[in-house]
Amino acid sequence: MSVDLATVKRVARLARIAVSEDEAERMVGELNGILGFVEQLGEVDVTGVEPMTSVTPMVMRKRTDEVTDGSKADDIVANAPATDRNFFLVPKVVE
Amino acid sequence: MTELTSLTIAEAREKLKAKDITAVELTQAYVDAIQAANEALNAYIAVTPEKALEMAKASDERIGGGKAGALEGIPLGIKDLFGTRDVHTQACSHILDGFQPKYESTVTQNLWDDGAVMLGKLNMDEFAMGSSNETSYYGPVINPWRAEGSNQQLVPGGSSGGSAAAVAAHLCAGATATDTGGSIRQPAAFTGTVGIKPTYGRCSRWGVVAFASSLDQAGPIARDVRDAAILLKSMASVDAKDTTSVDLPVPDYEVSLGQSVKGMKIGIPKEYRVEGMPEEIEKLWSQGVAWLKDAGAEIVDITLPHTKYALPAYYIVAPAEASSNLARYDGVRYGLRVDGKDIVDMYEKTRAAGFGDEVKRRIMIGTYVLSAGYYDAYYLQAQKVRTLIKRDFETVFDAGVDAILTPATPSSAFGVADEDLAADPVKMYLNDIFTVTVNMAGLPGIAVPAGLDHKGLPLGLQLIGKPFEEETLFKTAHIIEQAAGRFTPKKWW
Repeated sequence: MSVDLATVKRVARLARIAVSEDEAERMVGELNGILGFVEQLGEVDVTGVEPMTSVTPMVMRKRTDEVTDGSKADDIVANAPATDRNFFLVPKVVE
Repeated sequence: MTELTSLTIAEAREKLKAKDITAVELTQAYVDAIQAANEALNAYIAVTPEKALEMAKASDERIGGGKAGALEGIPLGIKDLFGTRDVHTQACSHILDGFQPKYESTVTQNLWDDGAVMLGKLNMDEFAMGSSNETSYYGPVINPWRAEGSNQQLVPGGSSGGSAAAVAAHLCAGATATDTGGSIRQPAAFTGTVGIKPTYGRCSRWGVVAFASSLDQAGPIARDVRDAAILLKSMASVDAKDTTSVDLPVPDYEVSLGQSVKGMKIGIPKEYRVEGMPEEIEKLWSQGVAWLKDAGAEIVDITLPHTKYALPAYYIVAPAEASSNLARYDGVRYGLRVDGKDIVDMYEKTRAAGFGDEVKRRIMIGTYVLSAGYYDAYYLQAQKVRTLIKRDFETVFDAGVDAILTPATPSSAFGVADEDLAADPVKMYLNDIFTVTVNMAGLPGIAVPAGLDHKGLPLGLQLIGKPFEEETLFKTAHIIEQAAGRFTPKKWW
């Protein structure tokens, strides 16, 4: 499988990365190079093989459903580019 | 008197304990060394001398009070991927501009709890994506090693290039690093240092900027095997904040050094003899075999038939996880924001300006392989192949093999801004051909310097072990180290 210019633009849109026409054209070649390289996986017989979900066989630890941390609103917004009274500010989303 | 910065962690520990030196003196020596060298090497992207001296002073007080921790007064460099409270933490990316977390990663907290001193943050490939440290927003790190009779600048490897260069140039006593596909072991091999990627789950990932969560693992880069063992003991822990942290006690790794390898079975996988591999690497490998044989180990030929599929499977799994992990960088909660006409425009412009080319490439690949209609062909297939890669190792270990010996890298360090590599991303990826299988299977792997090539540049060997048998790796790597000797670059900076 390989990608064309339209696909690269669509994927960039999905990934929320603005790309110029030049960049998109360059990416077609680069992405096809990588996709060409990974293509060889298709030749592996995986009949009856389970996909890996965890490298170590383990049961995820559970804990009691209770508050263990929090009340740190100031810390949470400390690094945000735009805030107002512990809210993150974003451009208007709803008219 | 020998220079303070030439002391290993083990040596400095003894001198501090005996009060021959103080932690403040030792720290000041490193601060001075960094100041003199960093312009040439670019290993540190943020130096924190005041914090370091303050921590060193506290260490001296604890030593005086008989309350010294395992790493009391030892000055360390920290890879920029680790969250450090109120200190530069940007994964060497533009998109995290100005980010200083309000929390401390578990690994670094463990180090400070044991008395270690932080010198600053180390350069790395952006979001740990790279094998040459050239994708950093802060520019490339220069390898302290040069070919004999040459002034050409060489890369230190990546992504933990700053960590490896700082350790090799004695700009810290040891460093933290991370390894997703070879990012500890490849730079260690390129700089004549020792680097271990422990078993997945041994070091907590909490507070470490995520690249590919099922592969990322922290570990140390150090000057010798003993120092690596000392550092890993402090870094590793069982952590309730990371659900993949494994609930097993952390052994005293240093104890395994000097233990015999007599009767141990060392596997030599035929698939690691790749086409076009320089003869020197082949020779180094045979030399490693001879050393272990002399020490009483039994050498057996083994096969890991799915080895060649590890790298292509990695270049599906890692970008897929990265595209998801990096979705959080949207200009809202931290870092860079580029304004746009609406919120989506703001996201797209922020991410276009904030991510470098390699990171964008990987996000694009990851997004593509996870997108509707392609998931089964790419991602699911790669995860199935990953099961087969792990099964290869299990079969060999079940047959009685204790550890596997391979070369660490297919070459010695290459030049900065290499045109061939810049033109073809896949060529750069091939650097990790011997290391990436270990991440795919979640196993521990150590790179140990084993010799110099004809240009006088360091080459390393890799040992791969069973899950949570890091002790076997330390013991075996120590045998190689004792036979090969240690390697230090000639100071030119």
